[in-house]
Amino acid sequence: MRTIPAFKRQKPETLRPKKNTDANYSSQWRLMYLRFKKHKLAQISLFILALLYTVALFAQFIAPYGLQSYDSKYVNVPPMGFKFIDADGKFHIKPFVYELKSTRDPETMRKIFVPDTEKRHSLQFFVKGEEYKFLGLIKTSTHLIGVKEPGRVFLLGTDGMGRDLFSRIILGSQISLSIPLVGVGISLVIGLIIGGISGYFGGWLDSIIQRVIEIIRSFPTLPLWMALSAAIPPRIPVVTMYLYIVIIFAFIGWTDLARVVRGKFISLKNEDYVIAAKIAGVGSTKIIIKHLLPGFISYLVVATTLAIPGMILAETAMSFLGLGIRSPATSWGVLLQEAQKIENVALYPWKLFPLGIVILTVLTYNFLGDGLRDAADPYKK
Amino acid sequence: MTAQAAQTGQPLLSVQNLNIQIKMDNGIMNAVDGVDFEIHKGKTLGLVGESGCGKSLTSRAIISINPKECETTGDIVYHSDSEASLNRLNLLSLHPNGKQIRSIRGRKIAMIFQEPMTAFSPMYTIGNQLMEAIRIHRTKNKKEAKKIALEMLAKVGISDQEKRFDQYPHEFSGGMRQRAMISMALSCNPEILIADEPTTALDVTIQAQVLELMKKLQSEFGMAILLVTHDLGIIAQMCDEVAVMYLGKIVEQAPVKEIFANAKHPYTKGLLKSMPRLGGDKTKRLDSIEGTVPIPINMPPMCGFYDRCSDRIEGVCNTNAVPKTRITDQHSVRCFLYSDRQEGAAQ
Amino acid sequence: MLQYIIRRILLVIPVVMFISFVVFYIIQLPPGDYVSSYSATMSAAGDVMTQVEMDEMRSNLGLDRPVYEQYLVWVKKIVLHGDFGFSFNYNKPVLAVVKQYMGLTLVVSIVTMVFQYVVAIPIGIYTAVKQYSAGDYFFSGISFIGMATPNFLLAIILMFLSYTWFGDPLLGLFSNEYVNAPWSWDKAVDLMKHMVIPVIVIGLASTADLIRVMRGQMLDELNKPNVVTARAKGLSETRILLKYPTRAALNPIVSTIGWSLSSIFTGSTITAIVLNLPIQGPVMYNALLGQDMYLAGSWLLFMALLTVLGTLISDILLAWLDPKIRTEFRGN
Repeated sequence: MRTIPAFKRQKPETLRPKKNTDANYSSQWRLMYLRFKKHKLAQISLFILALLYTVALFAQFIAPYGLQSYDSKYVNVPPMGFKFIDADGKFHIKPFVYELKSTRDPETMRKIFVPDTEKRHSLQFFVKGEEYKFLGLIKTSTHLIGVKEPGRVFLLGTDGMGRDLFSRIILGSQISLSIPLVGVGISLVIGLIIGGISGYFGGWLDSIIQRVIEIIRSFPTLPLWMALSAAIPPRIPVVTMYLYIVIIFAFIGWTDLARVVRGKFISLKNEDYVIAAKIAGVGSTKIIIKHLLPGFISYLVVATTLAIPGMILAETAMSFLGLGIRSPATSWGVLLQEAQKIENVALYPWKLFPLGIVILTVLTYNFLGDGLRDAADPYKK
Repeated sequence: MTAQAAQTGQPLLSVQNLNIQIKMDNGIMNAVDGVDFEIHKGKTLGLVGESGCGKSLTSRAIISINPKECETTGDIVYHSDSEASLNRLNLLSLHPNGKQIRSIRGRKIAMIFQEPMTAFSPMYTIGNQLMEAIRIHRTKNKKEAKKIALEMLAKVGISDQEKRFDQYPHEFSGGMRQRAMISMALSCNPEILIADEPTTALDVTIQAQVLELMKKLQSEFGMAILLVTHDLGIIAQMCDEVAVMYLGKIVEQAPVKEIFANAKHPYTKGLLKSMPRLGGDKTKRLDSIEGTVPIPINMPPMCGFYDRCSDRIEGVCNTNAVPKTRITDQHSVRCFLYSDRQEGAAQ
Repeated sequence: MLQYIIRRILLVIPVVMFISFVVFYIIQLPPGDYVSSYSATMSAAGDVMTQVEMDEMRSNLGLDRPVYEQYLVWVKKIVLHGDFGFSFNYNKPVLAVVKQYMGLTLVVSIVTMVFQYVVAIPIGIYTAVKQYSAGDYFFSGISFIGMATPNFLLAIILMFLSYTWFGDPLLGLFSNEYVNAPWSWDKAVDLMKHMVIPVIVIGLASTADLIRVMRGQMLDELNKPNVVTARAKGLSETRILLKYPTRAALNPIVSTIGWSLSSIFTGSTITAIVLNLPIQGPVMYNALLGQDMYLAGSWLLFMALLTVLGTLISDILLAWLDPKIRTEFRGN
């Protein structure tokens, strides 16, 4: 009689409807968390994004080389994988790379690189290299990984000027990953204020705001971005340029968020509990903060997350066309400029590495947004 | 013809040992578990129970329109006296989307649903959706089909049919829509009408009208009705026989008068007690059955009503599968209180 | 219905006027003007312009007047004479430049749009009906990646593949020998061949989006009781699928046609630059960079107009396809 004890154990979970358990009495946030936990892809995405942003934060430390460093001896070097076993079949505990000798391909007469098996450079942690400011504060020259001079390590190869692609992708991520965040942040603030006013007060104010939003949305986004970017003066400091670009992105992006906020405000303000608060004489500000905001903050998080991929793609496209970030600053779009010519892609396919990272980032943001959207409505089946 | 005489004849439809299992994340749910009943010509069988007891699944299984996640076993034998090819046909053995079952759906066994708003598509006119079944089963001719459809609309008491025919479902009121639904179901003269909570979504006054209409049309067309409902009031008004379902099983089955006069199963008694009565004590609260229906996943052999039953026998009711006990020829019950004919043993 | 449409069209006019002013203002934003960029080009070629020459050129072109005056002159000419100004780069009227590129731009856009719907709708239906099947995962994967890939880079990759497989990167819209040839069967075939990559590249992201929307709509519709009703009537599964869920799911999809065309028009810009297509994208890009302001302004204006009209068409379609709204109009 296996069934009875099994049944007894199961009774609380499956047979009886749960009464004072999570599902009935948890807070909205806990329910959302529980639902989010079911969404594996979104969790993995969140982890990857966290990793990407951590790397971006410590970019100068992690990248073996700085933004400006180049070596004209090593132009268009293919990616060097690090090795454990040398040419003689000997095993080394520490991974290493060989120094490269440049020769010419006897047939095409093009410059190619061959490993010089005589010169071996072990990969090392905390190597001294180019000086930088750690987190923009502490001057140091220690890099996480690298090889001792005169060795060179190009994990993902180099570009047409002999700059390390791996370092540049990492350094570029600082701009590529932060522009969408800052841009969406600004859109969010504008959208929240304007959408909130529009939705809460309604009436003529709402009509005017809606017309303005309609007009802004009638602008074809891409050409408008292009036109505005073209208006950025060519020789300005990196920070100013960055700000310009962020503002341009936010200028168009806020309308979407304003619409979300307005829509939610309108539907929530007719809820019984809000009307009850109004009748009880609670002031507008307090109603907004205490009763309305918690009601749609989850939707806002979702809308914001889903707005980011578009901005990443836009920044990449603009920089790629030379209308966004320009050297000496770099972003993934800038790095991809070298992939504009198919000859380059054909001969040096590793120049598409930044593309991979762009796709990864956009995908993870999309998955995260999807997961959050599912979680945002915990009462929905 | 007495009820007894009708029931001794060949049933129009007999459901034997019907089981429906649904795979869930945390096990297999026995949504319908060993259900037997018969439907007789011109009679109405009521299937009553709380939501989630499997009554809708049972009714839909008859014409194989449950979602494919539902694993259905057992026999559903259809015995048409009008067509030889449909004699003693096991509907469950047919391919669920095959030609043969489709020729029965809508033509021999028709169905009406709870929500007349969503049961119609908002995209097409009532006339369009009404003519569909007619054009599959009765005539290919569009004009003729329209004539039949208009006649049917008139029969269910919809006036101004020509205009109504070209209107969309949203232009109909709830009661009107259910009338249209009934006209659609009856448009091919079915032998059996399955009505799945036909009046639940309607106002009480409209509800009475629709039930009245169904009764009138039943006597006119002579079809059998399987009425699925949770409302004992409707059962009393409409049915000849009642099957009370609980947790996927029929716990009690009897002619309607017998159920109301002489209910045996504690669940049936509970249901009856929770019904408001004319002339009842207005100061007292209505009785209700404590607790809610459990979810039948990985259930051991036991009585599903055990947890909520006031007359349970520990060590008996919760350790054994409950057999069917015959009280009389037409009255059967699944309860240990009666299994050895020791009526009222627990009192 | 007619009243509604007329009201909407009247609303478009102030919007377009406002847009036209903003457009003009944006065009003026970049430091310098056409004359300075022209003189820069000339001096690069060894022909340095004097200040007097530059001023003279400015006054010839009307560039020395204040912005609002230039704007008013521009608008007046558009309204009175249908004259959109003069393109400095091309040295001919803006309208002539537009005409030159409009044909192919329309061809590419319309083909892309048709491609989108023809591909996305069946796939959307398939993935919904076969939810969680291998095919569903496959197409969902593709559409996710399609939405995540910057399309200009996809263009490069496809060109590269075409180059390695067929020995021809299929740049532009015509092979060299056909560029200036009169229209013929062979030229049309050549155009079709060259359109494969642009159409895929321009259409991929929106196709991916449409697949997801269609799938979601279908899943909603497949669970509706009217599907069960239809089944209970004895309809065949294919017939049910096409008549009920598909028809209902198509509504929101079909109504996107208006937005779709304008978004293809604008979205093709970067792809066109990368693939060197003789359509509006590169023209616009060069006009913006070279401060060829009337050309750029006209294009932006045209795009905005298209977006507004697209939205209008979509709104009308959405209303028209919904029997609820339609019968309301019929009733009045």
